[in-house]
Amino acid sequence: MIEYLLSGEFYQIMLFYVYSAILIGAALAVVTMRNSIYSALFLILCFFSAAALWMLLEAEFLALTLVLVYVGAVMVLFLFVIMMLDIKVKAKSGMSNYTKVGLLVALIMAIEMILLLGKKLVGVLPQDDLVKHAQGHSNVSEVATSLYMKYSLPFELASVVLLVAIIAAVLLTLRRRDDYKIVNPESQVHVKAKDRMRVVKMDAERGNNIGGEE
Amino acid sequence: MSLIHYLVLAGVLFVISIAGIFINRRNVLILLMSIELMLLSVNINFIAFSSYLNDVQGQVFVFFILTVAAAEAAIGLAILVVIFRQRKSLEVDNLNELKG
Repeated sequence: MIEYLLSGEFYQIMLFYVYSAILIGAALAVVTMRNSIYSALFLILCFFSAAALWMLLEAEFLALTLVLVYVGAVMVLFLFVIMMLDIKVKAKSGMSNYTKVGLLVALIMAIEMILLLGKKLVGVLPQDDLVKHAQGHSNVSEVATSLYMKYSLPFELASVVLLVAIIAAVLLTLRRRDDYKIVNPESQVHVKAKDRMRVVKMDAERGNNIGGEE
Repeated sequence: MSLIHYLVLAGVLFVISIAGIFINRRNVLILLMSIELMLLSVNINFIAFSSYLNDVQGQVFVFFILTVAAAEAAIGLAILVVIFRQRKSLEVDNLNELKG
């Protein structure tokens, strides 16, 4: 008994339950918090505990990517938008109809999933333990081999998707200000001298010859 | 510890985020966060299966999902900023311009 409690397997199970509890608690907090800043912060906690669970599953590369990309970039973007917009928090007005419908839909989906997992998938799922890799096994090189050898075209396409996202985000949020002083380079290049300067021909006039002599 | 642990966890997470989409009629931002949570639960499923079947393709797929989700979050937030500039609020009930 004591040997089991001290074993690595038991430690892994403990870690799984601790991180899943944190993950589910944080997800509930994301959904129920009234202030969106708190929601975003709890979502960060969610991503972090999910990354820990992925570490337990020996998917180290994706766990690190999740922390870098989600916690480091996407959630910072969320927080930035929340802080930039002046959102008014309204008082809660009891349980709305939508809440009841939402809980009903969630309940139905949960029952469906339990039925599926309990009945249909028994005997189909791999029941054995996690595949034990030898020491020195590199998840990163495994993922990279598959990504660059087999999925190199989708990998390139993913970069196109990101480019489209950048352009779309910039174009959507770009706004013309009234006090906008940028000159259009095309009209600047096509300008002719006569558009800028008018040469006026006029006869020379004699001045008022003050104090002059004939 | 078996695969079913992870499947149940991902299922619970997915159901929570579905409920979140219905519950949050106040704020489009929390709706976007619920969608992110949903994608996370799907990714947990993918990684669990990929680890238990010892097949790395599931992890490559998660990599692509992460890319698309990041793009979606960026565009979603840009749309949100535009909506806020026009309507001065993010309440879902106020966004009924196209309602017949």
